[in-house]
Amino acid sequence: MRKPDVVLRLTPKPMAVEVKRLSAAYDGQPVLENVDIALPVGKWTAIIGPNGAGKSTLFRILLGVMKPLRGAVTVHGEDPARQRRLGHIAYMAQQEAVEWDFPISVQDTVLTGRFGHMRTDLWWRRLLPPRWAESHHWDVVHRCLEAVNMQDFAHRPIGALSGGQKKRVLLARALAQEARLLLLDEPLAGVDTASERLILDLLARQRAAGRTVVMVTHDMDSARRYADQVLLINRTIVGMGAPDNMLVDEMLARTAVAGWRPVARRDPPLEAFP
Amino acid sequence: MMESLETLGIGLIDALLWVLMLGVGLLPDALAEPFSYSFMQRALLTAILVGAICGLLSCFVVLKRWSLLGDAISHAVLPGVAIAYLLGWPFFIGAFIAGALTSVGIGALERHTRLKADAAMGLMFTAAFALGVVIIGKIATNTHLMHILFGNVLGVQYPALLLTLCSGLLALLAVWAFYRPLLLYTFDPMQAQALGFNTGLIHYGLILLLTLTIVASLETVGIILVVAMLITPGATAHLLTERLTTMMILSVTVGVTASVVGLYLSFRLDVASGGAIVLVAAALFLVTLLLAPRHGLLARWWRARRLRRPVTATPE
Repeated sequence: MRKPDVVLRLTPKPMAVEVKRLSAAYDGQPVLENVDIALPVGKWTAIIGPNGAGKSTLFRILLGVMKPLRGAVTVHGEDPARQRRLGHIAYMAQQEAVEWDFPISVQDTVLTGRFGHMRTDLWWRRLLPPRWAESHHWDVVHRCLEAVNMQDFAHRPIGALSGGQKKRVLLARALAQEARLLLLDEPLAGVDTASERLILDLLARQRAAGRTVVMVTHDMDSARRYADQVLLINRTIVGMGAPDNMLVDEMLARTAVAGWRPVARRDPPLEAFP
Repeated sequence: MMESLETLGIGLIDALLWVLMLGVGLLPDALAEPFSYSFMQRALLTAILVGAICGLLSCFVVLKRWSLLGDAISHAVLPGVAIAYLLGWPFFIGAFIAGALTSVGIGALERHTRLKADAAMGLMFTAAFALGVVIIGKIATNTHLMHILFGNVLGVQYPALLLTLCSGLLALLAVWAFYRPLLLYTFDPMQAQALGFNTGLIHYGLILLLTLTIVASLETVGIILVVAMLITPGATAHLLTERLTTMMILSVTVGVTASVVGLYLSFRLDVASGGAIVLVAAALFLVTLLLAPRHGLLARWWRARRLRRPVTATPE
């Protein structure tokens, strides 16, 4: 008798990110305490919380840069390290975290997003300089550069870009990975309206294609408009649910988000955007 | 087995020397004259090799902001060399263990105490260096110590040359084979981590390469001045280009030029070879700093002047 089939069907579909009883600390100073999170596949989650609330720490743990004190973390039901190795986790860093003086062009920066996938290329290909990578890698790079409208800057050194352009290059690099899970650390900080619109629409398309989008943000307006769910965090989980239920004065006051003012206007639904 | 390898190595060096002399033969007699001595030929080959390895690695040192770490490791290598000498081990093993221990120690100090990186490095490497000075003072003469500290490229013998050659080839192969992980780790370690690269392995691999380079340069410029060769070529190249591969090529060129010219000058003017090499490198940097097309001081001044002209009415 073969039974595994039945067992498989009974097993619930794994979450994109599942965190259980997670605690983390810097120098004995707790930043996350007993956090439980479950983010379903294919949804767009906005993480909102004050500075030092542990938003970036959560990302650092998912990326394996930091070890938690306690707790279990899985991505798509597996060890995050394995998922990273498979190229399923893409990360868009904050602008300040990147060395913009580095001697590298825009397209070569986006190509680094393919470095994980290049591990499965033929061995002699991998000994050639990245510029001679297989053409399908370059196809993805060019597609991503066009998606963020940076194709005309492909050969520029990254140091010569403006703030919004830098953000778009970082996004293109994350997209070039074609990962199932996108982690974005403040993708909208310091960008102009046009770039913001472009970035949000692009992420909406990613979500429509079945990818999971998780973004840390301070921009409640866009969280309300685009996200499927909002996670309020301040060392512990304050609340998690639909934007309309979370982005209300009472919940935000409990999260201690500074500078929050109510937005009266209801924005058009997602479908209204091209 | 070991002996046949050694014969092979010596044969290889002799072949390289022969090729080198073919090149020198094309130079005018006045320039080629010092290289008629066989010790100068060996010195020239060593200098070229060391200039090339240091130039290659200095790109990573400069871009990763590891200048102080390079300084720390180069000093910390001293007790390793001394202890390896006591135990009869190869130099390199002791040097690497000392270098790795120091970098681990620096990391641990940084993470578990209030100390910042610079204090942690300063503390670790001076302590290690002091230990080295004490041990060497017990087991060897002062000239020995001076040779390790400041190098003596004119006295290079076959075994040291062979070591330099092997380290050079190893460093070149490693940078070639692991170019993408190294690039990614230097550029953006978080991204490397997200893509599932083993950043710990890359980190210590790079430190291993750095130690290798330092040990290879011991005889030429010595451990005090090697850090100059690990910074200056890369810094010079960084002012000249916006591409990592070009930067590596330029950096190697600067390293080799400085080594060769410095060696020649040290022979002609009868001054210390290590000092002469580093001074030539510094001079090359100075010229680049002034004249570099984009990041040079003159170019910057010119651009600022052109920008300022139409708005003379506004203050500043």
